[in-house]
Amino acid sequence: MVQELDQGKVVAAIRQATGDVFSTMLGVEITSLDAYRQPCRPEPADGVIGLIGLTGRWTGTGGLACTGELARKISGQFLMSEFTSVDQEVLDAMGEITNMIIGNFKNALEEEAGPLGMSIPMVVFGHNFTAGTTYSADWVVVPFACDGDRLEVKACLVPKPENKSPRRPAATKPEA
Amino acid sequence: MPVDVLIVDDSAAIRKILQRVLTQANLGVGKVFEAADGREALDAVKQQPVGLILSDINMPNMDGLQFLGELRSHDQWKHVPVLMISTEGSQTKVMEAVQLGAQGFVRKPFTADQIKEKLAGIL
Repeated sequence: MVQELDQGKVVAAIRQATGDVFSTMLGVEITSLDAYRQPCRPEPADGVIGLIGLTGRWTGTGGLACTGELARKISGQFLMSEFTSVDQEVLDAMGEITNMIIGNFKNALEEEAGPLGMSIPMVVFGHNFTAGTTYSADWVVVPFACDGDRLEVKACLVPKPENKSPRRPAATKPEA
Repeated sequence: MPVDVLIVDDSAAIRKILQRVLTQANLGVGKVFEAADGREALDAVKQQPVGLILSDINMPNMDGLQFLGELRSHDQWKHVPVLMISTEGSQTKVMEAVQLGAQGFVRKPFTADQIKEKLAGIL
C-alpha cells in the first residue's frame, strides 16, 4: 500500500492557496466544490493544464486544469487585457498562476512533508490529449466553480524511494 | 533623480504586472528594464546600470539566489537594492536571500500596495 499524506491537509492547503491567488491577484470569486480522488490512469482531456514537479522527502506533481475559455478569462483578469484565443501570453499567465497556487500549496505542506523543491511550470493546451504520471498513488482533485465554468487544482505526492545499491545479477550455475 | 529599475522574472505576465505597478507607484522610477532569468539579468546590469532590482527566485538557467550572490560578488553592484518577489516563502529561502544581501522579500501572490510599501522603504 502506498504511504500517503493526510488528504484533509492536502485539500485544505489547495483551497487556501487557490483562494489566496484568486482573491489577491485576480479579483475573481471562486467557490470550492467537493474534493475527490482520481486514479493516475490518464484519460483523454481538453483545455489547458499547468503542471509543476515537486521533490523532497515526498515527490510528485501539482497542477491545474480548465477549459481554454476559462484560461482566457482568468488570464484577462490577471493582465487586465482581453484574449480572443489561447496564445503564448495566456499560456504564460496560466503558468504563473499554476506557479503561485502550487508554490503556496507547497509552502503550506512543508510542515508535514518537509522541504520541497519546485520545477519550472509547464503549460499545455490542446484537444483530446492525455497527461499521466508514473506514480501509483491517486491524484487529490479539488474543483472550483469560477465564472460559470470549472477549474480543477490537483496534486499527487508519494514518498521518495530510498536509494538502493544496484543489484548484482544472480550467479547462475551452468547446466549439467 | 529618477531611479532605473530591472525586473527579473521568467514569467512575462509578472514582468508586465510589476511594470504597471512601478509606473503607477509615483516613486520616482525612471526606465524599466526586463530579464527572464539570472543570467540575462547579469548581462543587463553590465550594459545598463540600475538603481533597483526586483527579482524572482525560481527561474531557469540561473535562479534568483544565484543571481543575487553573483551580483554581490562584484564591487560595483554590491549596494544596488534588491527586492525578492517569489512564491518561495520558506524561512530558509528568506534567510538565504537576506544573508546574500536582499533588502526585502515579498511573497506571491502580492497586491500592488505591498510592492509599493516595500519600495517606499527601499527608495
